[in-house]
Amino acid sequence: MTIPTDLDRRFRDSAARSGLLDAAYDVIDSELGPLLAAVTDHGLARISYDPEPERELDVLARVAGPRILRAPRALDETRRELDAYFAGKRTVFDLELDLRGVSGFTLGVLEELAKVPYGRTATYRELAERAGNPRAARAVGMVMNRNPIPIVLPCHRIVGSSGALVGYGGGLERKEKLLRLEGALL
Amino acid sequence: MMVTVASIPPFEAFYVEHADDVLRLLRRRLGRERADDAFQETFLRALRAYDRLRHGEHLRAWVLTIASRVVIDTHRRAGDVTDEVPDVAHLDGLPAYEELAFLTDTLPPTERAAVVLRYGYDLDYEQIASALDSSPDAARQATSSGVRRLRRRVT
Repeated sequence: MTIPTDLDRRFRDSAARSGLLDAAYDVIDSELGPLLAAVTDHGLARISYDPEPERELDVLARVAGPRILRAPRALDETRRELDAYFAGKRTVFDLELDLRGVSGFTLGVLEELAKVPYGRTATYRELAERAGNPRAARAVGMVMNRNPIPIVLPCHRIVGSSGALVGYGGGLERKEKLLRLEGALL
Repeated sequence: MMVTVASIPPFEAFYVEHADDVLRLLRRRLGRERADDAFQETFLRALRAYDRLRHGEHLRAWVLTIASRVVIDTHRRAGDVTDEVPDVAHLDGLPAYEELAFLTDTLPPTERAAVVLRYGYDLDYEQIASALDSSPDAARQATSSGVRRLRRRVT
Protein backbone atom coordinates (compact mmCIF):
# COMPACT_ATOMS: atom_id res chain seq x y z
CA MET A 1 0.00 0.00 0.00
CA THR A 2 1.41 3.39 -1.00
CA ILE A 3 -1.36 5.70 0.22
CA PRO A 4 -0.05 9.03 1.60
CA THR A 5 0.28 8.76 5.39
CA ASP A 6 -2.05 11.65 6.21
CA LEU A 7 -4.77 10.33 3.91
CA ASP A 8 -4.47 6.90 5.46
CA ARG A 9 -4.57 8.29 8.99
CA ARG A 10 -7.60 10.41 8.13
CA PHE A 11 -9.53 7.39 6.99
CA ARG A 12 -8.56 5.33 10.03
CA ASP A 13 -9.58 8.16 12.36
CA SER A 14 -12.94 8.71 10.72
CA ALA A 15 -13.61 4.97 10.60
CA ALA A 16 -12.94 4.82 14.36
CA ARG A 17 -15.29 7.76 14.94
CA SER A 18 -17.97 6.39 12.62
CA GLY A 19 -19.10 3.70 15.05
CA LEU A 20 -19.04 1.23 12.16
CA LEU A 21 -16.07 -0.86 13.32
CA ASP A 22 -16.59 -4.22 14.97
CA ALA A 23 -13.12 -3.85 16.45
CA ALA A 24 -10.16 -1.48 16.25
CA TYR A 25 -6.61 -2.48 17.01
CA ASP A 26 -3.11 -1.11 17.23
CA VAL A 27 0.36 -2.30 18.08
CA ILE A 28 1.54 -0.65 21.30
CA ASP A 29 5.18 -0.41 22.35
CA SER A 30 5.84 -1.59 25.88
CA GLU A 31 8.54 -2.71 28.30
CA LEU A 32 7.70 -6.24 27.20
CA GLY A 33 7.99 -5.56 23.48
CA PRO A 34 5.24 -4.71 21.00
CA LEU A 35 1.71 -5.63 22.14
CA LEU A 36 -1.27 -6.02 19.87
CA ALA A 37 -4.35 -4.56 21.55
CA ALA A 38 -7.92 -4.63 20.21
CA VAL A 39 -11.05 -2.85 21.43
CA THR A 40 -14.74 -3.19 20.55
CA ASP A 41 -17.80 -1.21 21.60
CA HIS A 42 -17.87 -3.42 24.69
CA GLY A 43 -14.30 -2.68 25.74
CA LEU A 44 -10.80 -4.08 25.51
CA ALA A 45 -11.09 -7.49 23.87
CA ARG A 46 -7.54 -8.67 23.31
CA ILE A 47 -3.92 -8.13 24.21
CA SER A 48 -1.40 -10.31 22.45
CA TYR A 49 2.36 -10.60 22.68
CA ASP A 50 2.38 -11.66 19.05
CA PRO A 51 2.43 -8.36 17.17
CA GLU A 52 1.69 -10.02 13.81
CA PRO A 53 -1.98 -9.11 13.40
CA GLU A 54 -3.10 -11.67 10.79
CA ARG A 55 -3.77 -14.62 13.05
CA GLU A 56 -5.25 -12.53 15.82
CA LEU A 57 -7.58 -10.69 13.48
CA ASP A 58 -9.10 -13.86 12.10
CA VAL A 59 -9.86 -15.07 15.61
CA LEU A 60 -11.25 -11.69 16.60
CA ALA A 61 -13.36 -11.50 13.43
CA ARG A 62 -15.12 -14.73 14.44
CA VAL A 63 -16.21 -13.22 17.76
CA ALA A 64 -16.69 -9.55 16.93
CA GLY A 65 -17.34 -9.41 13.16
CA PRO A 66 -15.23 -8.67 10.04
CA ARG A 67 -15.12 -4.88 10.26
CA ILE A 68 -11.74 -4.75 11.95
CA LEU A 69 -9.29 -1.95 11.26
CA ARG A 70 -6.02 -0.72 12.66
CA ALA A 71 -7.14 2.58 14.18
CA PRO A 72 -4.63 3.91 16.72
CA ARG A 73 -6.93 6.66 17.96
CA ALA A 74 -9.44 4.11 19.26
CA LEU A 75 -6.70 2.68 21.48
CA ASP A 76 -5.70 5.99 23.11
CA GLU A 77 -7.16 5.14 26.51
CA THR A 78 -5.73 1.61 26.51
CA ARG A 79 -2.31 2.97 25.53
CA ARG A 80 -2.41 5.61 28.28
CA GLU A 81 -3.28 3.09 30.98
CA LEU A 82 -0.68 0.56 29.83
CA ASP A 83 2.01 3.26 29.67
CA ALA A 84 1.17 4.38 33.19
CA TYR A 85 1.18 0.78 34.40
CA PHE A 86 4.62 0.10 32.94
CA ALA A 87 5.87 3.37 34.42
CA GLY A 88 4.77 2.10 37.85
CA LYS A 89 2.18 4.88 38.13
CA ARG A 90 -0.94 2.78 37.82
CA THR A 91 -1.88 -0.26 39.89
CA VAL A 92 -5.50 -0.73 38.78
CA PHE A 93 -6.90 -0.60 35.25
CA ASP A 94 -10.13 1.29 34.63
CA LEU A 95 -10.73 -0.23 31.20
CA GLU A 96 -14.01 -1.88 30.26
CA LEU A 97 -13.40 -5.45 29.10
CA ASP A 98 -15.10 -7.36 26.31
CA LEU A 99 -15.22 -11.01 27.34
CA ARG A 100 -17.98 -12.13 24.95
CA GLY A 101 -15.66 -14.82 23.58
CA VAL A 102 -15.52 -16.72 26.90
CA SER A 103 -18.14 -18.33 29.09
CA GLY A 104 -18.76 -20.88 31.82
CA PHE A 105 -15.83 -22.05 33.94
CA THR A 106 -13.34 -19.92 31.98
CA LEU A 107 -15.32 -16.76 32.59
CA GLY A 108 -15.66 -17.58 36.29
CA VAL A 109 -11.91 -18.07 36.60
CA LEU A 110 -11.10 -14.85 34.74
CA GLU A 111 -13.49 -12.92 36.98
CA GLU A 112 -11.71 -14.25 40.07
CA LEU A 113 -8.35 -13.54 38.43
CA ALA A 114 -9.34 -9.90 37.97
CA LYS A 115 -9.62 -9.59 41.77
CA VAL A 116 -6.03 -10.63 42.51
CA PRO A 117 -4.48 -7.29 43.50
CA TYR A 118 -1.39 -5.56 42.16
CA GLY A 119 1.85 -6.70 43.70
CA ARG A 120 0.33 -9.92 45.13
CA THR A 121 0.29 -13.48 43.89
CA ALA A 122 -2.10 -16.40 44.24
CA THR A 123 -1.60 -20.07 43.42
CA TYR A 124 -3.38 -21.98 40.68
CA ARG A 125 -5.14 -23.95 43.38
CA GLU A 126 -6.28 -20.91 45.29
CA LEU A 127 -7.74 -19.48 42.13
CA ALA A 128 -9.49 -22.79 41.41
CA GLU A 129 -10.98 -22.70 44.90
CA ARG A 130 -12.19 -19.14 44.48
CA ALA A 131 -13.81 -20.11 41.18
CA GLY A 132 -15.70 -22.84 43.08
CA ASN A 133 -13.74 -25.90 41.96
CA PRO A 134 -10.72 -26.59 44.22
CA ARG A 135 -9.59 -29.60 42.22
CA ALA A 136 -9.40 -27.72 38.93
CA ALA A 137 -5.89 -26.26 39.39
CA ARG A 138 -4.75 -27.79 36.12
CA ALA A 139 -7.76 -26.41 34.24
CA VAL A 140 -7.02 -23.01 35.76
CA GLY A 141 -3.52 -23.32 34.29
CA MET A 142 -5.10 -23.82 30.86
CA VAL A 143 -7.32 -20.80 31.32
CA MET A 144 -4.28 -18.69 32.28
CA ASN A 145 -2.47 -19.93 29.22
CA ARG A 146 -5.30 -18.79 26.95
CA ASN A 147 -6.06 -15.54 28.77
CA PRO A 148 -7.32 -13.17 26.04
CA ILE A 149 -6.25 -10.01 27.89
CA PRO A 150 -2.96 -10.66 29.72
CA ILE A 151 -1.47 -7.88 31.88
CA VAL A 152 -4.91 -6.31 32.46
CA LEU A 153 -6.30 -9.66 33.55
CA PRO A 154 -3.24 -10.43 35.67
CA CYS A 155 -2.45 -14.08 34.98
CA HIS A 156 1.20 -13.22 35.71
CA ARG A 157 0.17 -13.08 39.40
CA ILE A 158 -0.74 -16.76 39.46
CA VAL A 159 2.11 -19.03 40.58
CA GLY A 160 2.73 -22.62 41.69
CA SER A 161 2.17 -23.80 45.27
CA SER A 162 5.93 -23.77 45.89
CA GLY A 163 6.10 -20.17 44.69
CA ALA A 164 7.68 -21.22 41.37
CA LEU A 165 6.53 -19.14 38.43
CA VAL A 166 5.56 -22.32 36.49
CA GLY A 167 4.53 -20.89 33.11
CA TYR A 168 3.28 -17.92 31.15
CA GLY A 169 1.65 -17.54 27.73
CA GLY A 170 4.08 -14.73 26.91
CA GLY A 171 7.12 -16.59 28.24
CA LEU A 172 8.47 -16.81 31.80
CA GLU A 173 10.81 -13.89 31.27
CA ARG A 174 7.83 -11.56 30.82
CA LYS A 175 6.06 -12.98 33.85
CA GLU A 176 9.14 -12.33 35.95
CA LYS A 177 9.45 -8.77 34.64
CA LEU A 178 5.81 -8.00 35.46
CA LEU A 179 6.11 -9.39 38.99
CA ARG A 180 9.31 -7.38 39.56
CA LEU A 181 7.63 -4.24 38.27
CA GLU A 182 4.84 -4.77 40.78
CA GLY A 183 7.31 -5.51 43.59
CA ALA A 184 6.00 -9.03 44.05
CA LEU A 185 9.47 -10.40 43.26
CA LEU A 186 12.72 -8.99 44.50
CA MET B 1 -21.62 -30.28 -5.01
CA MET B 2 -19.73 -28.26 -2.43
CA VAL B 3 -18.62 -24.91 -3.74
CA THR B 4 -15.77 -23.22 -1.91
CA VAL B 5 -16.43 -19.53 -1.50
CA ALA B 6 -13.80 -17.07 -0.37
CA SER B 7 -14.56 -15.97 3.17
CA ILE B 8 -14.78 -12.28 3.99
CA PRO B 9 -11.36 -11.00 5.08
CA PRO B 10 -10.99 -8.61 8.04
CA PHE B 11 -11.64 -5.09 6.75
CA GLU B 12 -8.00 -4.16 7.40
CA ALA B 13 -6.81 -6.72 4.83
CA PHE B 14 -9.44 -5.61 2.31
CA TYR B 15 -8.49 -1.94 2.79
CA VAL B 16 -4.73 -2.52 2.50
CA GLU B 17 -5.22 -4.61 -0.63
CA HIS B 18 -7.42 -2.17 -2.55
CA ALA B 19 -6.54 1.32 -1.26
CA ASP B 20 -4.00 1.99 -4.02
CA ASP B 21 -6.36 1.00 -6.83
CA VAL B 22 -9.19 3.07 -5.40
CA LEU B 23 -7.03 6.16 -5.01
CA ARG B 24 -5.66 5.76 -8.54
CA LEU B 25 -9.17 5.58 -10.00
CA LEU B 26 -10.36 8.57 -7.99
CA ARG B 27 -7.36 10.73 -8.91
CA ARG B 28 -7.80 9.92 -12.57
CA ARG B 29 -11.47 10.86 -12.51
CA LEU B 30 -11.51 13.71 -10.00
CA GLY B 31 -8.00 15.12 -9.79
CA ARG B 32 -5.75 15.01 -6.76
CA GLU B 33 -7.55 17.45 -4.56
CA ARG B 34 -11.07 16.05 -4.75
CA ALA B 35 -9.79 12.49 -4.74
CA ASP B 36 -8.84 12.72 -1.06
CA ASP B 37 -12.40 13.34 0.14
CA ALA B 38 -13.77 10.79 -2.27
CA PHE B 39 -11.30 8.25 -0.89
CA GLN B 40 -12.70 8.70 2.63
CA GLU B 41 -16.22 8.42 1.35
CA THR B 42 -15.56 5.32 -0.72
CA PHE B 43 -14.08 3.33 2.14
CA LEU B 44 -16.66 4.57 4.64
CA ARG B 45 -19.42 3.39 2.29
CA ALA B 46 -17.62 0.08 1.89
CA LEU B 47 -17.29 -0.19 5.67
CA ARG B 48 -21.00 0.52 6.11
CA ALA B 49 -21.95 -2.25 3.69
CA TYR B 50 -19.19 -4.67 4.67
CA ASP B 51 -21.07 -6.72 7.23
CA ARG B 52 -23.84 -7.43 4.72
CA LEU B 53 -21.46 -9.17 2.33
CA ARG B 54 -22.13 -12.88 2.03
CA HIS B 55 -18.75 -13.86 0.59
CA GLY B 56 -15.35 -12.40 -0.19
CA GLU B 57 -15.38 -12.85 -3.99
CA HIS B 58 -14.67 -9.98 -6.38
CA LEU B 59 -14.18 -7.41 -3.66
CA ARG B 60 -12.02 -5.39 -6.04
CA ALA B 61 -14.85 -4.99 -8.54
CA TRP B 62 -17.18 -4.20 -5.67
CA VAL B 63 -15.09 -1.43 -4.12
CA LEU B 64 -14.19 0.09 -7.49
CA THR B 65 -17.88 0.27 -8.30
CA ILE B 66 -18.47 2.10 -5.04
CA ALA B 67 -15.62 4.46 -5.95
CA SER B 68 -17.19 5.11 -9.37
CA ARG B 69 -20.47 5.83 -7.66
CA VAL B 70 -18.72 8.34 -5.36
CA VAL B 71 -17.17 10.00 -8.43
CA ILE B 72 -20.64 10.55 -9.88
CA ASP B 73 -21.98 11.94 -6.61
CA THR B 74 -18.98 14.26 -6.33
CA HIS B 75 -19.61 15.61 -9.83
CA ARG B 76 -23.28 16.03 -9.05
CA ARG B 77 -22.65 17.90 -5.82
CA ALA B 78 -20.21 20.17 -7.63
CA GLY B 79 -22.86 20.84 -10.28
CA ASP B 80 -20.67 19.42 -13.04
CA VAL B 81 -22.65 18.49 -16.11
CA THR B 82 -22.05 14.83 -16.62
CA ASP B 83 -23.77 11.68 -17.67
CA GLU B 84 -21.13 9.51 -16.12
CA VAL B 85 -22.03 6.04 -15.06
CA PRO B 86 -20.36 3.55 -12.78
CA ASP B 87 -17.33 2.65 -14.80
CA VAL B 88 -17.47 -1.09 -14.36
CA ALA B 89 -16.35 -1.63 -17.94
CA HIS B 90 -12.73 -0.88 -17.12
CA LEU B 91 -12.42 -2.24 -13.63
CA ASP B 92 -10.92 -5.54 -14.24
CA GLY B 93 -9.61 -7.85 -16.90
CA LEU B 94 -11.64 -10.78 -15.73
CA PRO B 95 -12.60 -13.03 -18.62
CA ALA B 96 -16.16 -13.36 -17.31
CA TYR B 97 -16.62 -9.69 -17.68
CA GLU B 98 -14.84 -9.35 -21.01
CA GLU B 99 -17.25 -11.83 -22.47
CA LEU B 100 -20.15 -9.69 -21.38
CA ALA B 101 -18.66 -6.35 -22.40
CA PHE B 102 -19.68 -6.33 -26.06
CA LEU B 103 -23.25 -7.08 -25.05
CA THR B 104 -23.63 -4.79 -22.10
CA ASP B 105 -21.88 -1.70 -23.47
CA THR B 106 -25.14 -0.63 -25.08
CA LEU B 107 -27.28 -0.93 -21.95
CA PRO B 108 -28.38 2.07 -19.88
CA PRO B 109 -25.79 2.74 -17.16
CA THR B 110 -27.48 1.31 -14.09
CA GLU B 111 -28.70 -1.79 -15.90
CA ARG B 112 -25.26 -2.34 -17.34
CA ALA B 113 -23.58 -2.07 -13.94
CA ALA B 114 -26.18 -4.39 -12.38
CA VAL B 115 -25.92 -7.03 -15.13
CA VAL B 116 -22.13 -7.00 -15.10
CA LEU B 117 -21.90 -7.26 -11.32
CA ARG B 118 -24.52 -10.01 -11.23
CA TYR B 119 -23.37 -12.17 -14.10
CA GLY B 120 -19.80 -11.04 -14.68
CA TYR B 121 -18.78 -11.08 -11.03
CA ASP B 122 -21.51 -13.21 -9.49
CA LEU B 123 -22.27 -10.66 -6.77
CA ASP B 124 -25.57 -11.06 -4.95
CA TYR B 125 -28.22 -8.32 -4.96
CA GLU B 126 -27.20 -7.06 -1.52
CA GLN B 127 -23.68 -6.47 -2.77
CA ILE B 128 -24.84 -4.87 -6.00
CA ALA B 129 -27.16 -2.62 -4.04
CA SER B 130 -24.37 -1.52 -1.73
CA ALA B 131 -22.06 -0.86 -4.68
CA LEU B 132 -24.68 1.17 -6.55
CA ASP B 133 -26.00 2.81 -3.40
CA SER B 134 -29.53 1.53 -3.95
CA SER B 135 -31.76 -1.22 -2.52
CA PRO B 136 -31.54 -4.98 -3.23
CA ASP B 137 -34.98 -4.79 -4.87
CA ALA B 138 -33.88 -1.99 -7.18
CA ALA B 139 -30.72 -3.93 -8.01
CA ARG B 140 -32.77 -7.01 -8.85
CA GLN B 141 -35.08 -4.95 -11.05
CA ALA B 142 -32.23 -3.25 -12.88
CA THR B 143 -30.61 -6.61 -13.50
CA SER B 144 -33.71 -8.26 -14.87
CA SER B 145 -34.74 -5.36 -17.08
CA GLY B 146 -31.15 -5.29 -18.38
CA VAL B 147 -31.37 -8.97 -19.17
CA ARG B 148 -34.77 -8.52 -20.87
CA ARG B 149 -33.36 -5.73 -22.99
CA LEU B 150 -30.40 -7.91 -24.00
CA ARG B 151 -32.70 -10.76 -24.88
CA ARG B 152 -34.75 -8.55 -27.16
CA ARG B 153 -31.59 -7.45 -28.91
CA VAL B 154 -30.06 -10.86 -29.25
CA THR B 155 -33.16 -12.56 -30.60
